[in-house]
Amino acid sequence: MFLISVSAAHLLRLYERFQFLDKDNRGHLRPEDFEAVLELSENPIGDRIVEAFFKPGQETVDFPSFVRVLAHFRPTEKNRNRDKGQPDPANSRTRKLKFAFRLYDRDRDGKISRAELLQVLREMLGMQVTEEQLQSIAERAIQEADLDKDGAISFDEFRKVGPLELGSAFILLTVRHLNDEVSSLSYWRSG
Amino acid sequence: MASRWRAALFLCLLMVAYSLANEAPAHETTESPNHEDTSTGNETSTGSHDDGHGDSHGDGHGAPITTLPIVTWKWHHVTAPYFVALWVLVSWLCKLVIEANHHVTTYIPESALLICFGFILGGMIWGADKVQTFSLTPTTFFFYLLPQVILDAGYAMPNKLFFTNMGAILVYAIIGTCWNAATLGLSLWGCHQGGAMGDIDIGLLQYLLFGSLMAAVDPVAVIAVFEQVHVNEVLFILVFGESLLNDGVTVVLFNVFDAFVSLGGGAIDAKEIVKGIVSFFVVAFGGSLIGFVFGLLVALLTRCTKNIQIIEPGFIFVLGYLSYLTAEMLSLSAILSILFCGMCCQKYINANMAETSVETVRYAMKVFANGSETIIFVFLGISAIDKVIWVWNTGFILLTLLFILVYRFIGVFLLTWILNKFRLVPIDFVDQVIMGYGGLRGAVAYGLAVLLDETKIKEKNLMVCTTLIVVYFTVIFQGLTMKPLVQWLRVKRAAHVDLMLIEKVQNKVFEHALIAIEDISGQIGHNYLMDKWKKFEEKWMSWILMKPSARKQQDRLFTVFHQLNLKDAMQYVNEGERRGSLEFIRNESAFVDFKKKFGKEFSDAMPDIMADMDDDEDGASSMRRDPVPSVSLEMHEQNMRGLRGAEEMNSHHLLEQHLYKGRKQHRHKFSRSQFGINQDEDEVQEIFQRTMRNRLESFKSGKMGVAPPKTITKHAKREDQQKMPNGKHKGYQSGDEDFEFSEGNSASGYDASFPVRPSYIAGAGIVNPAFMPDLEDWSPVHIPPWLADAELEEDPVAPSERAQVRLPWMRGHLHRLSSLRSSTRSEEQPGRRDQLPPPPPPPRPDREEDRL
Repeated sequence: MFLISVSAAHLLRLYERFQFLDKDNRGHLRPEDFEAVLELSENPIGDRIVEAFFKPGQETVDFPSFVRVLAHFRPTEKNRNRDKGQPDPANSRTRKLKFAFRLYDRDRDGKISRAELLQVLREMLGMQVTEEQLQSIAERAIQEADLDKDGAISFDEFRKVGPLELGSAFILLTVRHLNDEVSSLSYWRSG
Repeated sequence: MASRWRAALFLCLLMVAYSLANEAPAHETTESPNHEDTSTGNETSTGSHDDGHGDSHGDGHGAPITTLPIVTWKWHHVTAPYFVALWVLVSWLCKLVIEANHHVTTYIPESALLICFGFILGGMIWGADKVQTFSLTPTTFFFYLLPQVILDAGYAMPNKLFFTNMGAILVYAIIGTCWNAATLGLSLWGCHQGGAMGDIDIGLLQYLLFGSLMAAVDPVAVIAVFEQVHVNEVLFILVFGESLLNDGVTVVLFNVFDAFVSLGGGAIDAKEIVKGIVSFFVVAFGGSLIGFVFGLLVALLTRCTKNIQIIEPGFIFVLGYLSYLTAEMLSLSAILSILFCGMCCQKYINANMAETSVETVRYAMKVFANGSETIIFVFLGISAIDKVIWVWNTGFILLTLLFILVYRFIGVFLLTWILNKFRLVPIDFVDQVIMGYGGLRGAVAYGLAVLLDETKIKEKNLMVCTTLIVVYFTVIFQGLTMKPLVQWLRVKRAAHVDLMLIEKVQNKVFEHALIAIEDISGQIGHNYLMDKWKKFEEKWMSWILMKPSARKQQDRLFTVFHQLNLKDAMQYVNEGERRGSLEFIRNESAFVDFKKKFGKEFSDAMPDIMADMDDDEDGASSMRRDPVPSVSLEMHEQNMRGLRGAEEMNSHHLLEQHLYKGRKQHRHKFSRSQFGINQDEDEVQEIFQRTMRNRLESFKSGKMGVAPPKTITKHAKREDQQKMPNGKHKGYQSGDEDFEFSEGNSASGYDASFPVRPSYIAGAGIVNPAFMPDLEDWSPVHIPPWLADAELEEDPVAPSERAQVRLPWMRGHLHRLSSLRSSTRSEEQPGRRDQLPPPPPPPRPDREEDRL
């Protein structure tokens, strides 16, 4: 049971894409499949994104998980009257931030250490930035966010400094069908 | 004599009126031939009166020669080309003056300034002649000035962007233009009927004709203005693409209405109207087709120009121009033709031609386009100063201005509203406002207005005058306010400006994440057709139109690899030349000479190369780790308060400059005045390279988490670089005992370069403890005094990061290295302290170790 509301049309599209990526028709994707997407190699954090599709220790991702990850990138819905008991939908601000947080937190210890941040910076900044400049940036960034002074950024700290407007520019799943989120993934699976 | 004329012209530029009086009555000579006759005659008389050389300037066929003239004065022989060249020169000098001061052009668009210069020049001519002798004629404009502007636009067009937004562009260009033409014509007519215009003789059809010539947004004006306000690329391509295509559309509309006017109201029935519509499409698509065909022709031609590389770049210009003329000949849309010619051939000719030729084409294209754009604007200004065309009709002129503005906005909003129902990424309101406001009219409208036939349209001068006013208003006023408007709207969008550092990084991460996700999920819909086209293109078009060798190089990876190699080689050469020559590659003994001649530079460079090599071994770059006081952490802790402000600025600035841009942030690639590899391209390549390296490494090392060597791709290239320092190193060890008498007697480069070594070893030692023992051995070596000095003088601020960009071997590093080195030595060999310079600020080896 997944609490992702995605319209049937979108699911179909995504499934086509999934099959397209899944060159050998194994029914699941491997990191290599992602790496075949050429544009990703032009993305400084492309590899991190790919990593985010895979649960720790797993080498493959099947379609439901694929969609679940993608669902983070739907626009955050305002005025959504959701039940208290239900967990956040994937496209809530918290979940989005969580996703971003995990992009940094590679060792999954719930904290962005200085080294991890430095690594991200190293990937994000041009080669021409010197290492000591990187270090000082990392240091400052940590200081900015590190409210409890433990030298690392926890998720709570992370979300406080997080960008106010989280990108919801996810083209494929956005825009027009905000209102006709008819089917959930479970529906699709049963149907 | 020629110099005297030149001097006279220069005076003209300096607004000296009497010299003007003597020489100005010449005609704009690129006009049609019949004008030329009069101008020549005109000139002859003035010339003789001017300098009293009547006998010699008769060019032989006037008076019979009595004696052999040694030098003859043949002014009228060269009048026409001379004036063309002079006017080109004068226009470009205007641009030079304008661009001399960048403060002005940041506020006032260049096009507006050029027009103002035109006013001044026109005023001078007027003052001298009491009649406007130079003005922009349609022939000049359409045959000699416009083609290269459009060709350049086509050639530099970001094709992918253009075709992804093709639908919207077409809608704006076709429907939008028709809407503009129809509403303007009808509204003016309505007002006329209502009596707002007073007594003028213009019928409905003529109003529509006028509407159609005013309808088009002008590409020249749009580029000139939008280039300076950096809007997002979708908005840019929409406005730009629209302005290009609707030029074609408007010319077609103009011709159709012109024909209607000639036919007269009575003769127009449904059949004629249908014919008009059909001809509209035939003309537009026919023109595009011609352009397409010529584009392919260019591509085919460049396939086999291997042996005539010198004139290879000329083909694109000649064939481009031919496509323009051919379309004109067939009464198809010439503008569309040359536009598509440029767009079609760009990919293939860039692949087929030699790199130098491609560069030449690019450059020449920019020279032509930018040059004629300048001339166009200047002449738009000059043309204004003419009493004949100024027929004032307040109602007509003001209403036209009003309607143009209003209907442009209405049209944009209306069409966007419809388009947004179909677009995946809707065009937001702000962009619509900018689009509406960016409806600049320009030279095309003016050219068409001048083309009007006075016998058919009585109020031609009123129309020309109105057109000019509209052009001035839009280019000067709207151009002037465009930038503030864009900024103002931007500010509204992004309210909080001072982000925290981490926030900035986070935003970027998220942006990249979004892009990656888009890539993973694929943009289905568009891509399907695109895929099909791509396949077809690869299979057939490339096969036919591209050289086999060029096809091979299509491989992206290879291109990137090739370019990186090229860049490295260039840097290597530059660096070598900085030091004297590259001879040391072939002959290491050449070092001797270097040392003597360029001792300092040489010693600078050596250790850095060494350290650079270390880079490869060490994962994170070694030299970058050495502490620069201002950014170093320890210092930072020491006087954090003092430095904090400045440093924060510094860091923010750094981030601002160096964060990789997301795809959306990339600026449009088309720029009239700049070209070349834009930086974004570099960035993409850099990221690409890094990613590939990472993958390769992770592939190699499995999931061991071993810190892999930093540069795999560069490894091979660095090989020769490594050889050299390695060689040195060995040489040094072997020459160990000879050390004391190294400099004087040895012809071998190794020994002679001794004083250099310590510093590079030291540099290596910082990062690599393995080198530390060496240091002790080296203690007796002198620290070259210049190093010691330099280290003291060294600016506490890190050297500009751009300077360090691709040239890892930098002086600054050396100084830092040497400082560390000297301090190390001073501890070890206190006895030698007297000879040593005062110790530098203490380095922080512990930090260094931490980071390892």
